[in-house]
Amino acid sequence: MFTSNPFSELTALISPEIMQGYIILMAILVFLGTVLDMVHKKSAKYFFENSKKAQEAAKRPVGAGEKAGMLVATVASEVLTSSEFCYVPRRISHLLTMYGFVIFVITTALMIFGADTASGTLPALWHIGALMLAVGGYWFWFFIRVDVSAEGKKWYELCRADIFIVSLLTMATFALLWSFTRDVAGWGMLFFVLFIISSTTLFSTVLWSKFAHMFFKPAAAFQKRVIKADESRENLPPDYDLTDPAVQAKFPDIPEYMGKNPPNMGLGIKRELPHHY
Amino acid sequence: MPTFVYMTRCDGCGHCVDICPSDIMHIDKTVRRAYNIEPNMCWECYSCVKACPMHAIDVRGYADFAPLGHSVRVHRDEEKGTIAWRIKFRNGKKDMELLAPITTKPWGTCIPKLSEAAAPANDMRDSELLFNEPKYVRMDDGGLHTLESNGLELKEGVYY
Repeated sequence: MFTSNPFSELTALISPEIMQGYIILMAILVFLGTVLDMVHKKSAKYFFENSKKAQEAAKRPVGAGEKAGMLVATVASEVLTSSEFCYVPRRISHLLTMYGFVIFVITTALMIFGADTASGTLPALWHIGALMLAVGGYWFWFFIRVDVSAEGKKWYELCRADIFIVSLLTMATFALLWSFTRDVAGWGMLFFVLFIISSTTLFSTVLWSKFAHMFFKPAAAFQKRVIKADESRENLPPDYDLTDPAVQAKFPDIPEYMGKNPPNMGLGIKRELPHHY
Repeated sequence: MPTFVYMTRCDGCGHCVDICPSDIMHIDKTVRRAYNIEPNMCWECYSCVKACPMHAIDVRGYADFAPLGHSVRVHRDEEKGTIAWRIKFRNGKKDMELLAPITTKPWGTCIPKLSEAAAPANDMRDSELLFNEPKYVRMDDGGLHTLESNGLELKEGVYY
């Protein structure tokens, strides 16, 4: 069951062309939703205005080669390892959800568009993707999200912010349930219908959900690297090396009170997770 | 100068919500990012600006005295034990950088054990001074320290 393609049996009921049409429709909905989201929130306008402002404040030019290096570093760090998250459980949960989603979506498209599934690798990956998505997502839903961990909100109290995570979770859950019960009359069809409702909700509500974050977050992470490299730093102060004699001469309080080679002071308020609100 | 949050930088960690003395930094119910729910009540204490690990919070100058936009930004580095400020004047010509220590010993290692200090005696309770005050303000070390006793004098005007 784990290595059999769940969509191949479905062809008796729904033609492959309709399934392929559905995938294309969902891709179009995501594209349209993301464009509308950018227009509505003016995020692209803000991003370009901000980047122009940073360019004007730049203290040194950043070449195309350096920018390419930063792009690779952004992909390797912020995109592939979610390094932006300081809180380790949240980072692991995000990685599980992200990779699970990517594997699940790609294998679904490949299987529907007729890739060879005889070896069983693609269906196995499809199940693994859905499982990773469910594990990471439920972990986030029940323990990590701020409404639960900090505001004591019950897991079943839904609001608009939950469209994305709830439709993701129901999509993964119903996909697995459909795959495991597709030989049981009635149940298989019920879970399949719920699976399609969930995935349609996920891909058609981009304008109202946080789906578009997967497009603008990498852009923002890249911009953060650029402003450090061109030393405009969005008007933030530089990252001083306290052992540098030039820094010590400019700020004599540092060697006077902390010595010429100050130790690492460890974590202050960040020794405790924020959870008092 | 109420605070505001750059949505692309905030990751909704909640440090600002925890530290805000006015309890006006909240997590938005839709996007799960922090925001100032009541800018009128913000007294610009900069606690959230300094606590934010993402540098996602900034302070906006009111249009009447900062019409062309100035910038006061800060980086509080706990591991180095310093706070760095960068102040840009609204004409963009003056760009000041300041750096100061905020601790000289690793965090949490030198907490005074006040509970182990002897309880105040009755004459101390009746005194106008606070508990351990002469010792802590160094009044028992040659009287109250003043500018004069330290060979300093107050100069006129603004000086650095």
